[in-house]
Amino acid sequence: MTDWPILSAVTFLPLVGVVLLLFMQGDTAHGRRNVLNISLGVTVATFILSLFIWIGFDKANPGFQMVEKHNWLNTGISYHLGVDGISMLFVILTTFLMPFCVLASWEAVEKRIKEYMIAFLLLEVVMVGVFVSLDVVLFYVFFEATLIPMFVIIGVWGGKDRVYASYKFFLYTLLGSVLMMLAIMAMYWQAGTTDITELLKFGFPAGMQTWLWLACFAAFAVKMPMWPVHTWLPDAHVQAPTAGSVILAGVMLKLGGYGFIRFSLSMFPLASEHFAPFVFTLSVLAIIYTSLVAMMQEDIKKLIAYSSVAHMGYVTMGIFAANAQGLQGAIFQMLSHGIVSGALFLCVGVVYDRLHTREIAAYGGLVNNMPKYAVAFMIFTMANVGLPGTSGFIGEFLTIVGIFRVNTWVALFAATGVILSASYALWLYRRVIFGALEKDSLKGLLDLSSREKLILYPLVALTIFFGVYPAPVFDVTTASVDLLINNYSAALQAAQKLALAVH
Amino acid sequence: MTSDILLSSLQIATPELILAIGALVLLMVGVFSGERSASTVTGLAVAVLAVSGLWLIFAPTQGEAFGGAFVLDPFGRFMKILALIGSLVSLIMSSVNSRADKLNQFEFPVLLVLATLGMMLLISANDLIALYLGLELMSLALYVVAAFNRDSVRSTEAGLKYFVLGALSSGMLLYGMSLVYGFTGNTGLANIAAVLSAETRSLGVVFGLVFILAGLAFKISAVPFHMWTPDVYEGAPTPVTAFFASGPKVAAMAVFVRVVTEAFMPVFADWQQVVVFISIASMLLGSFAAIGQKNIKRLMAYSSIGHMGYALVGLASGSQTGVSGVALYMLIYMVMTLGTFACIMSMRRDEGSLENIEDLAGLSSTNPFMAVVLTALMFSLAGIPPLAGFFAKYFVFVAAIEAKLYALAIIGVLSSVVGAYYYLRVVKLMWFDAPAGQFARTSGTLRLVFGISGLFVTAYVLFGGPIGTAATAAARTFF
Repeated sequence: MTDWPILSAVTFLPLVGVVLLLFMQGDTAHGRRNVLNISLGVTVATFILSLFIWIGFDKANPGFQMVEKHNWLNTGISYHLGVDGISMLFVILTTFLMPFCVLASWEAVEKRIKEYMIAFLLLEVVMVGVFVSLDVVLFYVFFEATLIPMFVIIGVWGGKDRVYASYKFFLYTLLGSVLMMLAIMAMYWQAGTTDITELLKFGFPAGMQTWLWLACFAAFAVKMPMWPVHTWLPDAHVQAPTAGSVILAGVMLKLGGYGFIRFSLSMFPLASEHFAPFVFTLSVLAIIYTSLVAMMQEDIKKLIAYSSVAHMGYVTMGIFAANAQGLQGAIFQMLSHGIVSGALFLCVGVVYDRLHTREIAAYGGLVNNMPKYAVAFMIFTMANVGLPGTSGFIGEFLTIVGIFRVNTWVALFAATGVILSASYALWLYRRVIFGALEKDSLKGLLDLSSREKLILYPLVALTIFFGVYPAPVFDVTTASVDLLINNYSAALQAAQKLALAVH
Repeated sequence: MTSDILLSSLQIATPELILAIGALVLLMVGVFSGERSASTVTGLAVAVLAVSGLWLIFAPTQGEAFGGAFVLDPFGRFMKILALIGSLVSLIMSSVNSRADKLNQFEFPVLLVLATLGMMLLISANDLIALYLGLELMSLALYVVAAFNRDSVRSTEAGLKYFVLGALSSGMLLYGMSLVYGFTGNTGLANIAAVLSAETRSLGVVFGLVFILAGLAFKISAVPFHMWTPDVYEGAPTPVTAFFASGPKVAAMAVFVRVVTEAFMPVFADWQQVVVFISIASMLLGSFAAIGQKNIKRLMAYSSIGHMGYALVGLASGSQTGVSGVALYMLIYMVMTLGTFACIMSMRRDEGSLENIEDLAGLSSTNPFMAVVLTALMFSLAGIPPLAGFFAKYFVFVAAIEAKLYALAIIGVLSSVVGAYYYLRVVKLMWFDAPAGQFARTSGTLRLVFGISGLFVTAYVLFGGPIGTAATAAARTFF
């Protein structure tokens, strides 16, 4: 398995689709069909290929696997790929969600389907690239490159205020990440390499860690997004087309969390320890404040967007709790949120395609004529709330356990967020699904079509499966997480010893 | 001077000789065959530039010539090839619509060749006198081509404005040179450095240095000597603007680098603060002033001011990494600018050429190929990876971080975010807005130019290695 470059293959396979699409005509009905089939075929093929990464993955090995390394640009930067237990599942998550995005756009996207699919396939390339890069510059190139296709997707196929939302998305995230670029350069001059495996072992001086941590924090906190730099997210989500929202919530937010784990926590342990209370404060604020904000939303997508910010609060909290439970929980929460919030946006897409409005007030009583839809929506709502038996529970529970070992007050506040999330999610569900079917516009709505069943049912199955049996995920992540935590505590102890010796 | 020495000097200066003799011959051809000869002369001028460039690439000679006043070194060769490519491409672009632009006179290619000769001399100048000669040869030709469309008020205004301000800057440059000569007793760059490192620097030298920097900053249009740029860019015929933005910028930046690193390295701390200041000022002004622009040529003028600021970030670090970053930056910047101007020249309808940014609205549905290329160029100018513009910025900022110029680097990257706003606006118009009408058919030449440029910015991430190596080799000249 290791002698052929499977990671490069998975990363760049969608480019084959891009090339094929360039020769297609998207305007005619027949051409449109071809474009959709090619996109679906390529994304499914990429997903199947990426499963071989999982199959070939050695669960006992905590280090990087399937490594590829080539010289690049003759300047010390290398084209260096590899996955470990932390990054591998994100690759699978990305390739898994892409076919759903294609299916969700099957009828919803009416104009310029060819350009739309090209943008999505390019987006898949760079998102997978972020998770598999083992060189900071390569990581940064992929990390930033996500902005271009997403900017176009929101701006061309978005809703009414799409221009504002796309600008805000682009400039906000760019502002955060340029500071990280400077941090990467400073790391290069300090350590003499841009290789992530070397940097992980390097051990930056304590004073420098603070600045590097802050610069990286600017990038990842915006991407995550953490309160108070989250305001781009609701705008972007509301305006983006359904598939764009799925990718935003499902994968792009995880780039921030992944960055926190890979860079902030692993490379700057002393600064992470120092800033942990600061992150906890922001996380708790995010959990409580954005949950309250979510409760007051009139727009379904905006509500789910705010709930995403709240759920990402659990992730940051779990990561900087810096113990096995917290970190495992954070990773699991990110994966589960990828599926659940993606699925929720797909659910919104289902009714939006029928009625072309996202106003909560425009709905009500859908259970009467869309029972299958009501069941699927309910399961995802429950997973969003964190009901035991759904995947949402595992992540939230573990992060709270993790934080409880560090700081009980933070755990207390975070746990109130669970109650708040239950109230906004159930209230949303009641207003949209239950009640009498009174509005005339709703009476003619049909239940899920077979395409929509194909989209939602696998996600329902996965949500319940991982809620009941999360072991496949933990099997993969445990070794790498343990290694990370050991290195982290070793670095802290070494620093303490040094401090004692000086005194 | 014995004939041997003269011969070896001439050998080193062969590319310049080709241009000089070529320009004179072309002038003769033009004069004797009358007004109709414009296209023949243009073709011949292209050939002259190409021959000179090929000689530069393939002939191995290098060293000092004419008693040390002229030098051909790896850095000079790199920058000269750039300047020649810039002139060549803008000359070819100017021939596309020369009748409509009123550039169809044989003097135009001759002037361009003469300006290019000035650039080559400027890049190779190893002595303050030679520097001034090269600079004036280049500038005088540029003043004339700026005003080339003499029936247009804007064009003549541009030429006049450029001339008056240019003369002022030349005066400052000369004044600075005379001060430096007075206080060091030398005009040769290496001799100046030797004197400066032998004795403690006097205040007079610093004054001279600042005046020289001011004069050179004018030529690269760095703040606070940028005022001419928007008006000249807007007023001059578009092919001329493309020319201004390519070769002369490269040449002026090259001589800027050469003067500060060869002559004034012993007083590094003195010029570093000046360069840091003009770099920060250029980046900020380039970013903020461009936001309100409606004319795309003015937009590109402010963008070029900003980009010169970024290139100077590399120079401010005063290291080999920095100079190699500057060389690479100029290369990538020139390719992006030429591509963008090829697109701007394609903005043309039957009634004439268009210059408003708004005219690009909906380009993605009327002319998808051009829209994709221009989008790539805009993102590249904004410095978004994986496009070439990102790597240009990366290497200059790497140098700044190495030199611990943290404030400069932070202001630089933040202003690049502000700058991204107006590049995004162009992208937004092309993709998000409804079409505002179709352009006339794009000429094959322009298509080729922006196609190659678009290919370069996208493929740099794959094939940029040798280019970076060449820039590093060029920078090694000084260290």
